[in-house]
Amino acid sequence: MQIYSEDIIAALATPAGEGAISVIRVSGENCAELVDKIFSGNKKLSDAKPNTIHYGKIIAQDNSVIDDVLVSVFKAPHSYTGEDSVEISVHGNPLIVEKVISELVDLGVRPAEPGEFSKRAFLNGRIDLAQAEAVAEIISARTEASLRGARNQLNGMLSEKVNLLRENLLNILSLEELELDFAEEDLEFIPNEEIISKIDFTIEEINKLLGSYNFGKILRDGINVAIVGKPNVGKSSLLNYLLKESRAIVSETPGTTRDVIREELKIDGYLFRLFDTAGIRTAEDYVEKEGVLRSREAIVKADLVLFINDSTTGFDKDIFESLLKIKDKNKIVVVSNKIDLSNSTKMDSDVFISAKTGEGINELFQILKNRAIDSKSYSEKTAIVSNIRHFSALKKANEALVSAKETINSGMSQEFVALDIREALESLNEIIGIVTTDDMLNNIFDKFCIGK
Amino acid sequence: MNEYDVIVVGGGHAGIEASVAAAKMGVSVALITMEKNGIGRLSCNPAIGGSAKGHLVHEIDVMGGVMGQIADRSGIQFRILHKSKGPAVWAGRCQSDRKLYSEEAVKVVENTPGLNIIEDIANDLVVENNSVIGIKTQKGNEYKCKAIVISAGTFLNGIMYTGLTPSVGGRYGEEAAVGITEALVKLGFETARLKTGTPPRLLTESINFDVLEEQPGDENPEPFSFRTDKSKFPFLPQKSCWLLYTNQDAHKELEVGFKFSPMFTGLIDGAGPRYCPSIEDKIVRFAEKEKHQLFLEPEGLDSDQMYLNGFSSSLPADVQLKAMKKMRGLENVVMVRPGYAVEYDFFPPYQVDLTLESKRVKGLYLAGQVNGTSGYEEAAGQGLIAGINAAAKIIGKPELVLKRTDAYIGVLIDDLVNKSTNEPYRMFTSRAEHRLLLRQDNAKERLMKIGYDYGLITEDEYNEFKNDMKTLNRLISFFNNKKVKPKEVNGLLERNGSSLLENSETLAKLTKRPEVKIKDLVSEIGAEFDFKVKDEILEKVEIELKYEGYIKKQQELVEKLNKHEEISIPLDFNYMSLKTISMEAREKLQKIKPRTLGQASRISGVSPSDISVLLVYLKH
Repeated sequence: MQIYSEDIIAALATPAGEGAISVIRVSGENCAELVDKIFSGNKKLSDAKPNTIHYGKIIAQDNSVIDDVLVSVFKAPHSYTGEDSVEISVHGNPLIVEKVISELVDLGVRPAEPGEFSKRAFLNGRIDLAQAEAVAEIISARTEASLRGARNQLNGMLSEKVNLLRENLLNILSLEELELDFAEEDLEFIPNEEIISKIDFTIEEINKLLGSYNFGKILRDGINVAIVGKPNVGKSSLLNYLLKESRAIVSETPGTTRDVIREELKIDGYLFRLFDTAGIRTAEDYVEKEGVLRSREAIVKADLVLFINDSTTGFDKDIFESLLKIKDKNKIVVVSNKIDLSNSTKMDSDVFISAKTGEGINELFQILKNRAIDSKSYSEKTAIVSNIRHFSALKKANEALVSAKETINSGMSQEFVALDIREALESLNEIIGIVTTDDMLNNIFDKFCIGK
Repeated sequence: MNEYDVIVVGGGHAGIEASVAAAKMGVSVALITMEKNGIGRLSCNPAIGGSAKGHLVHEIDVMGGVMGQIADRSGIQFRILHKSKGPAVWAGRCQSDRKLYSEEAVKVVENTPGLNIIEDIANDLVVENNSVIGIKTQKGNEYKCKAIVISAGTFLNGIMYTGLTPSVGGRYGEEAAVGITEALVKLGFETARLKTGTPPRLLTESINFDVLEEQPGDENPEPFSFRTDKSKFPFLPQKSCWLLYTNQDAHKELEVGFKFSPMFTGLIDGAGPRYCPSIEDKIVRFAEKEKHQLFLEPEGLDSDQMYLNGFSSSLPADVQLKAMKKMRGLENVVMVRPGYAVEYDFFPPYQVDLTLESKRVKGLYLAGQVNGTSGYEEAAGQGLIAGINAAAKIIGKPELVLKRTDAYIGVLIDDLVNKSTNEPYRMFTSRAEHRLLLRQDNAKERLMKIGYDYGLITEDEYNEFKNDMKTLNRLISFFNNKKVKPKEVNGLLERNGSSLLENSETLAKLTKRPEVKIKDLVSEIGAEFDFKVKDEILEKVEIELKYEGYIKKQQELVEKLNKHEEISIPLDFNYMSLKTISMEAREKLQKIKPRTLGQASRISGVSPSDISVLLVYLKH
């Protein structure tokens, strides 16, 4: 039987590539003693107090200095993995990283497998399953908002919420069971209507969590925005202004932007993905012409559509109407551009801007953010479902609860209702890991990138 | 003769099943009991079965146990509880003639070949190389044996209380058993105390039944045992129970006596059952309730006494009597015997394996109240398993472990071993997560083959069961395939308030309708079969068809959960080396030594992430 804590693993814990610093994490029993063999500083790392940082040099076997480093020392169980750990901060050069790791490997350290640090953290009871998955999301978090959401999950907010739901269900189950095992007793039993309203309450709570999935997805994947408008209304200029760099080709000749261009930008910590669609001359243009099919696809897939009009030439009513056929009205942000030229604010628009002067751009940002995010219901401070496994487990729980209601309404007795409620409970257990299957674990741990 | 294969200590419900089962399996058995006539004595209420307990009786019966038959022969009222709910919670219950129950039990034991009754008290074990090799008794005898089943009930260092004066004894008028606990403690067993109580017995003629509500038995009583001849059943005249209530005046009288309560004054420290509290406990814990329901149960056909169910008490006798006299119907009651509490030794059941053999000493089995359970049926179920396993080991048959998906007995033992218990453990249907599969009606399908394989079910009985199953399958396929025209059944449907057919429909679909009874349907269409159809088989067809969807759903859940049941853990697995899980979980796992990951997951204090850790280690 192999016991994980017996061997020491190491890997790069920061993104690969060049950067200011790279961190190499080493984890396993007495790993500081081992790192001491290549570390030269004021004192030995193995003698260092836990949670302290030490300056020194990493010396290769041939006595050459590899790098000046800062080393953090952690003692079990107070480390990320719950084991003795050492984190070596080296200068952000892949060559240095490679050299340090290969020195460690020569000392008998095993390069960590993908997700192995988190696996150890999970195995050591430092994090639960939901938290382990959040770690995967923190690693791949693209924006601060996403990071905040993932961190909250890591702190157990989703687990806490699911625990509450589970308590609700246990209460309902107890009421049903009471009537089965103690029917002979002189007890007052809860009428069915009350049980149903309790179930409804739980369904509602689960629905809120389910609704947060979209928000969670936005946190993780960002908001897809398709920029639509007739040629030369200034789509590319706006995009360029937004990105403050010239990626899209801006041309005086209408119709030069033929490809869908994708750019990313952050507003208040949220990630927006902008798709500049090919110019659309008429309404028929984008439904019929082969060359602009991709634009149509981008519009359908987008979370929001930025519909740009030229305020000097007027509102493109026919395009707007065609857009309405494939997109919800509140998902279309109507923008009047070039107000520096016309200063006409009579048009029916959500916002008036000038892609040239930057006027109205801040307002546009706010509108984009507000349209994309139902901030009343969700924020990164509430429990958020951002993981498809959690989402489907919650959905299954809700289906079981709906079936419990049907069971009650069809006049079946409590043991059948109890079956449905137990099924819902089982589904919730899948989220916080009461019942975990092999496959689920493997799936989770496969998702971790090396070093975490 | 002073050499036996199996020696059973104690002739209660566990001891009866253990000794009879072992003897039927062909090993020589001795049952050591204080007095022969005490065999099968009902210490508390004169009733067998009830919610979940009725299930246990059926399971014992179809595996070849004897409780169901004894109850059928001595029963003076039979009811099926929860008939208005689904078939999974239908449960048989009977009132027993206390005297006849014991007499029938003695007969069963006496008539079992290879089973000897020894009137004595066992007081020491002889153990060599961690295996039992013999037993010593109070009369100074020593018997050699290969296995011992301890089923001593409440007798181990039993102390009874009525008020503050304790008296030594395991049951009213009977002495306690001293020595066995001490012997086990010497061997390293942990022991603890539990408490249970029993209500007063009243003189029947002193009760005014005119003002009480009568509760008769079922019009068409159903026996527990499949062996019971239904044409002659019930064997005895049937009697009623009576409902009555406490009141505020009675509560006040009881409160006066609280200062003499051995419970409230801390004299008894063993934990009592929360589901069966004493009347004084009820008044204190549910102070807002103005009255409590009680039942008067007949003690027997010839008996001049009634049993006051719901009024168990350890208050002084005069306090009990004064309180009862305040109650409607009991104004002039004569108390024949006061209620009392009894405190006794048990061995926290993590110390036994799922076979009920102790983990510490080979060949030593524990069954019944010594494992911390309460109830005749729980005891009998354990007795049967302990007896089968004790004999199986000797004759080289495989051990018997029932899964939670097999039987309530499986749930019972799994719970005991994994969760241990600190109050007397009683079975409830809610303890069985697979309740819809553990029905009385399918007990044979679940368990009869096991009884047959161990030699407790005869060839004839087993063949009849196999024939019944054939009939069942033929009927089900008939119902699934046979279509009826609207005009054939619309008359019945109209009479039963069910929507009428417009097109032909299969009988199975019609049976699924809640308003349609299968028997009516069969007679309406005048269906004739070229094979014999028993009523009980037709009823099974009805259940299988009506509840098909739910039963399927339950089976799916079982399959999902069974994944962990199939991952076995080596017995020598060193949990203490798993630094990755909490110390509490490590200690619990080391102590209980679960056989499978599923079993591990049910141990209290073992968290889900601990299970994931184990899973990962077991895969490596």
